[in-house]
Amino acid sequence: MEKLLMRLRQMNPLWWQIGLIALAILLPLPLGNYYRSVLWRTGLYVMLGLSLNIVVGYAGLFQLGHAAFYALGAYTAALLNLYLDVPLLLTLPASIIVAALCGYLITRPILHLRGDYLCIVTIAFGEVVRLVLVNNLFGITGGANGLSGIDRPVLFGLDWRQPIYHYYLMLVFLGVTIFIVQRLEHSRLGRAWMYVREDEVAAEAMGVDTTRVKLLAFVLGSGWAGLAGALYAGKITVISPDMSKFMESVIMFCIVVLGGAGSIPGVLVGTLGMITLPELFRPLKDWRDAWLGFAMVTMMILRPEGLWPSRRVQLEMHGVQEESLPTPTKED
Amino acid sequence: MQFIQQLINGLTIGAFYSLVALGYTMVYGVLKLINFAHGDLFMWGAYLGLTGLNVLLALLPQAGAWAILPVVIIVMITVALAGVLVERVAYRPLRTAGRLAPVISALGVAFILESLARNVYGASWKTYPTGITPTGRIALGGSARVSVMQIVVLVVSFLIMGALYLFVQRTRTGTAMRAVSLNHDISRLMGIDVDRIIASVFVIGPGLGGVAGMIVALYYGSFDFTLGWTFGLKAFIAAIMGGIGNIPGAMLGGMLLGIIETLGAGYISPQWKDVIAYVILIIILIFRPTGLLGERVAEKL
Repeated sequence: MEKLLMRLRQMNPLWWQIGLIALAILLPLPLGNYYRSVLWRTGLYVMLGLSLNIVVGYAGLFQLGHAAFYALGAYTAALLNLYLDVPLLLTLPASIIVAALCGYLITRPILHLRGDYLCIVTIAFGEVVRLVLVNNLFGITGGANGLSGIDRPVLFGLDWRQPIYHYYLMLVFLGVTIFIVQRLEHSRLGRAWMYVREDEVAAEAMGVDTTRVKLLAFVLGSGWAGLAGALYAGKITVISPDMSKFMESVIMFCIVVLGGAGSIPGVLVGTLGMITLPELFRPLKDWRDAWLGFAMVTMMILRPEGLWPSRRVQLEMHGVQEESLPTPTKED
Repeated sequence: MQFIQQLINGLTIGAFYSLVALGYTMVYGVLKLINFAHGDLFMWGAYLGLTGLNVLLALLPQAGAWAILPVVIIVMITVALAGVLVERVAYRPLRTAGRLAPVISALGVAFILESLARNVYGASWKTYPTGITPTGRIALGGSARVSVMQIVVLVVSFLIMGALYLFVQRTRTGTAMRAVSLNHDISRLMGIDVDRIIASVFVIGPGLGGVAGMIVALYYGSFDFTLGWTFGLKAFIAAIMGGIGNIPGAMLGGMLLGIIETLGAGYISPQWKDVIAYVILIIILIFRPTGLLGERVAEKL
C-alpha cells in the first residue's frame, strides 16, 4: 500500500491525470442507472469536499457546519425555479452568490474565535439554518418536507431523467472546480492560507491580512458548496432541510481529513472511502455506520496525515523523508 | 408565576446539560480534544440503566425505587471503563498527531457507539419501568409547582458537581489534573504520571455522563438512540458557553442553556427554542470569545 502510493506519487502527474479523466468519462458507460447515480453522488461529494478543503485543508479553520451552505444553494435554486420559473442552469450563479454572501455574513463576526470555539459556532449555524428551514421562515421553504417538483436542467434537448447526463454535467463542473482550486493552491492567496494554517501569529507578523484571508476561504468554500447544492436540486428534484443536518457536515469534514487535509487527490480518495464504498456496501445495512466508524479510527491511527496527504502536510508530520523530491520543473 | 415555573423546569434541564458538559470540559482540559464520543457514552448510560433496572426488577420485584441505587453504580463503572477503553484505543495513539486526526477518531468512535446501540436495542423508543420514580408535586404558591423528581434531580446534580469541584481543587489527583491541563511536558517533569491522570479524567467524565444518562432517562421516562447526538450537542454547547476546559464554566453554561431554552420555548415559541439557544451562544462568543468564564489565553508568541 505504502509502496504503491509512493510509486503513484513519483509518476509523471500528467499520466495519472489523463488516466483519471479517461476513467471518469468511460466508467459510467457499461454501468446501470443505479451505479451511474452512485458515480454522480461521488462527484457531488468530491465537489463538496473540494469546497470544504479550502476552509479546513488550506486555511486550517474548523468548519463543521458546511452543509448549511450546500442546503442554502439548493434552496436558492429551488425557490428561483419554483416561484420565478428561472431555468435551473441559470439559477447556478445565484446559488453561488447567495451561499457565498451567507458565508460572508455568518463568518464575519466570528473570525476572531480560536479553533474549537469557531468549530462549535459553525455547528450552531448549521443547525440554525436547518431549523429555520424546518420552521418554514416566510412560509416559502416548505417546512420539514422541503420543496419538491424542481425542474431538471434543460440543455441540448437531452433526456435529463437519465442519471448519466447529470454525471457528465457534474464532471464538467468538477473539472472547472479542480482547475480553479489547483490554481488557488499555488497562488499568493493559497500560500497565505497555508501560512495562516501553520502559524497565524507569524503570518500576521509577515504582513498577511489574516482576517481577509480567512474570510476569503470561507466565502469561496461556501459559494462552491452552494453550487453543489444547486446541482443536487437539479438531479433529485426534491430537497429537504435534512441537507443541512450535522451528519452531512460531519461526512464532508471526514472526506477532507481522511483523504488528507489540503490535498486534492486526498479529497477524491476520502470521498471513495466515505461515500462510494458505504454505498456499495448497502447490504451491510445496520452495521454500516459501525464499520465506517471503525475504519475512521483505524485509518487515523495508522495514517494520521490522511490517505493521500499533500506533501507539505506529510513533511510537517514526519520530517524530511527519504523520498527524493521530484524535479522542480513539475512543481508549478 | 409562570416565570418561576419555567425557571424551575429550566434549571432541571440545565442540571442535565451541566453533568454532561462536565465530561466534555474535563477531557478538553487535559487533551484539548472535543470528545465527540461523550454524547454516545452518555446515551449508553441510559441504555445500560434500562437493562440493569429490567433485570433487577425481574429478579427482585419488591425492590422498587431502591433498585435504582445499585444500577446507577454498575452503570457508572461500566461507562467509565468504556471511556477508559476509548481513550486507550482511539485517542492515546493520536496524542502527537495534530488536531484534525483525533477529531476524526472521536467521530468514528461516536459512529460505532451509536450504531452499536441501534443494533443491540433497536431504533424504537425505549421506556423505563414505571412506578419506581417519585411522582408527587409540591406547590410553591401561585400556580408554580416543583415535582419531587425535579428536587431529587437538582439535589443529586448539585451534590455531584460540588463533590467534583472539591475533588479537582483540593485533592492531589485534582491538582495533577489541573497541572496536566496546563502543560503535559512540564507536568511530567514535576513527577506526574500524565497517562494515568488522563485515564482518570476518562474515568470521571464518562462515569458522570453514564449517571447523567440514567437520570435523564428516569426523568423523561423514554428515549431513543438519537439521544446521544441531540443531548450531547446541547451539552457541548453548554460547555463552550461557559468556557471549555473550565469546570465551573460547564456548570454555569449548562444551567444557563437550560434556562434560556425553557424560557424561549415558553415565551416565544417551542419551535424556535433551539434557534434561540444557538443564537445566544453565538452572541456570547462574539463578545466573549472564550466563553463566559474562560480565561483569556494569550496566543503563543
